[in-house]
Amino acid sequence: MTPPDRRTVYLDHAATTPMLPAAIEAMTQHLARTGNASSLHGSGRCARRTVEEARESLAASLGAQPSEIVFTSGGTEADNLALKGLWWSRLAADPRRRRILLSGIEHHAVLDPAIWLGRHEHAEIEWLPVDELGRVGPDDVRRAIERDPESVSFVTLMMANNEVGTLQPVAEVAAIAQEYGVPVHTDAVQAIGQLPVDFGELGVDAMTVSAHKLGGPYGIGALVVHKETQLTPILHGGGQERDVRSGTLDVPATAGFAVAAEHAVKHQADEALRLAELRDTLIAGITGTVEGALLSGDPTGRLPGNAHLSFSDCEGDSLLLLLDARGIEVSTGSACNAGVAEPSHVLLAMGYDDQRARGSLRFTLGHTSTRADIDAVLDTIGPVVERAKSAGLQNVGRNT
Amino acid sequence: MRVLAAMSGGVDSAVAAARMAEAGHDVTGVHLALSRNPQSYRSGARGCCTIEDSRDARRAADVIGIPFYVWDLAERFHADVVEDFVSEYAAGRTPNPCLRCNEKVKFSAVLERALALGFDAVATGHYARIVDTASGRELHRAVDPAKDQSYVLGVLTQQQLAHAFFPLGDTVKTEVREEAERRGLSVAAKPDSHDICFIADGDTAGFLGAQLGEAPGDIVDAQGNKLGEHQGTHGFTIGQRKGLRIGTPAADGKPRFVLDISPVDRTVTVGSREELAVSELTASKPRWCGPPPAAELHATAQLRAHGEEVPVTATVLDDRVQVSFKEPTSAVAPGQAVVLYDGTRVIGSATIDSVQRATAGV
Repeated sequence: MTPPDRRTVYLDHAATTPMLPAAIEAMTQHLARTGNASSLHGSGRCARRTVEEARESLAASLGAQPSEIVFTSGGTEADNLALKGLWWSRLAADPRRRRILLSGIEHHAVLDPAIWLGRHEHAEIEWLPVDELGRVGPDDVRRAIERDPESVSFVTLMMANNEVGTLQPVAEVAAIAQEYGVPVHTDAVQAIGQLPVDFGELGVDAMTVSAHKLGGPYGIGALVVHKETQLTPILHGGGQERDVRSGTLDVPATAGFAVAAEHAVKHQADEALRLAELRDTLIAGITGTVEGALLSGDPTGRLPGNAHLSFSDCEGDSLLLLLDARGIEVSTGSACNAGVAEPSHVLLAMGYDDQRARGSLRFTLGHTSTRADIDAVLDTIGPVVERAKSAGLQNVGRNT
Repeated sequence: MRVLAAMSGGVDSAVAAARMAEAGHDVTGVHLALSRNPQSYRSGARGCCTIEDSRDARRAADVIGIPFYVWDLAERFHADVVEDFVSEYAAGRTPNPCLRCNEKVKFSAVLERALALGFDAVATGHYARIVDTASGRELHRAVDPAKDQSYVLGVLTQQQLAHAFFPLGDTVKTEVREEAERRGLSVAAKPDSHDICFIADGDTAGFLGAQLGEAPGDIVDAQGNKLGEHQGTHGFTIGQRKGLRIGTPAADGKPRFVLDISPVDRTVTVGSREELAVSELTASKPRWCGPPPAAELHATAQLRAHGEEVPVTATVLDDRVQVSFKEPTSAVAPGQAVVLYDGTRVIGSATIDSVQRATAGV
């Protein structure tokens, strides 16, 4: 495979974003050193110091206490720990707590553990309604809790949707849930660096973050857990991370993560303005010139770097192939099975029909995005859509 | 040229894609997802549509250095190949799903989409040769007779051939494996796929039984005497000898073969090898690889995949082909294709509708 060269227009930052040079430097510096952070000798203490400084730095960036940071292998593990950890811990305290409240637009790392708990632990999954812009309403959350507050295990609601970019009223939902003593988890993987996020102010009990989405390394994330929130561990072993998440810590990765998060949070406000302007140029340019192109999600309450568009009468797969051949890298959605794109569960939950859902593209901007990237898309999108339309829709016009 | 290489995850299509790229074409690999519910892993040598196969194809594309995508053709494949397969058996005929897949999926749905997306041609790992001549493209048998797949490509028209590449046609299989090894393709030692890809366990009768249900009936001889019973006519193919489960042996002690299948009255007729012999057949839906041939021609015919070639005289009518055999031949099953050859060149094909027995009485 030819590695992407400098002519590549990378507009898939929601999938992963390039590592920040400062994070690479911090990480590589520590890769050359030995030391298990749990060891008691000098090398161990040195490693431990690195981890704890990273923890303090990350906590400061996220508005949390250092003791509230639980390092994990990434966002998926943090989501699993939050959902399963809350489920078992809440159930142990009160066997009536069997209802999990969530919406159909959550990431699979949240959806699938919830569905698993439903199948294997007899959790009652209650789907919160989603409107056509991809928003969950706080009143719906209140109604769902009020029906029987004692039986709610927890509520989980993402900060911002990874596909269509719609922001969710997490603080409001957390305030409502708090009235009833119901814990709230939020997946904030897409939000850090794009939105101001302060764990303490948000009022949630657990928050998922991932390093590689904000300029840090792959393979590390964290669950920020309120100090009074109890979680049942799902990984058992050496008792690291408050006994909640056993496993030897990836010392260099914690350092890279902390540096990246600090940078992302420090530049968040300026970067959000810059990206939103580029994004709006992209959206206006596409919807203004390509017939049948429509913006998905909330036009205003969305991630600054997200432009999700649907195109009539063509396959997102075809658009992706044609753009890729021209060096423009985007995504059709998030879920795939052996590389086969399924119609997005997020779009279906928002009421899109199958065909519209299949003809979608997600452009996500990040710290390396420039006006030249946007111009490259606008130069090529018209002919690309025309060609994709001529290739038509799969499964349509079968000759039986 | 911009070439779309269909990559199954096997060694043949991987080497075919590599050769196209090496020849300087702008190649993009595509794995066709044909199963609605793909299995995670291959079991044995069967099947071609598992997630593991898709991953193998992706690895090969990475090694070759070409872009790679998966195209979901499961619905199309089901409608055009699997449903056709089941309904043909239900009608007492013996279909060839590979041929149908080439006709309706690989060189139709996939080719059309490829052309629309700006590709010039589709390349596959089929063993067959394309020869360019002044009068157009010709389809020929592969040089490796054991691997020749021209029979299942006999449905391709001149227009389809114009956009097809079969880079392996001039190579024997053992060399393809060696070449894969040399190119660092990890599928070099992967077993050949056999049988029908959508019947992963190879149990065709079981698959058809599940689709069509049991429909018990009688097994009779040519005179109508009942010899036994069966659980469904879809379990039989003309010329089949094994698995008849007839209690009483034939009077002459010789083996019996399936002569006729009649799903309407659920009857399977059996008889001797002599009774099986066919002197003529009628076939419909002819598809010519080049311009339509003369009204009457002397040619050779192949009547099933890996079958022998037999000399024939073919009479071409509007939408039918009448084929008479120089010598009576056996095991001619309606539903299969008769593919006509002129030497190594494929003239075209048609679907066998009915046969004329060499001996009277059936």
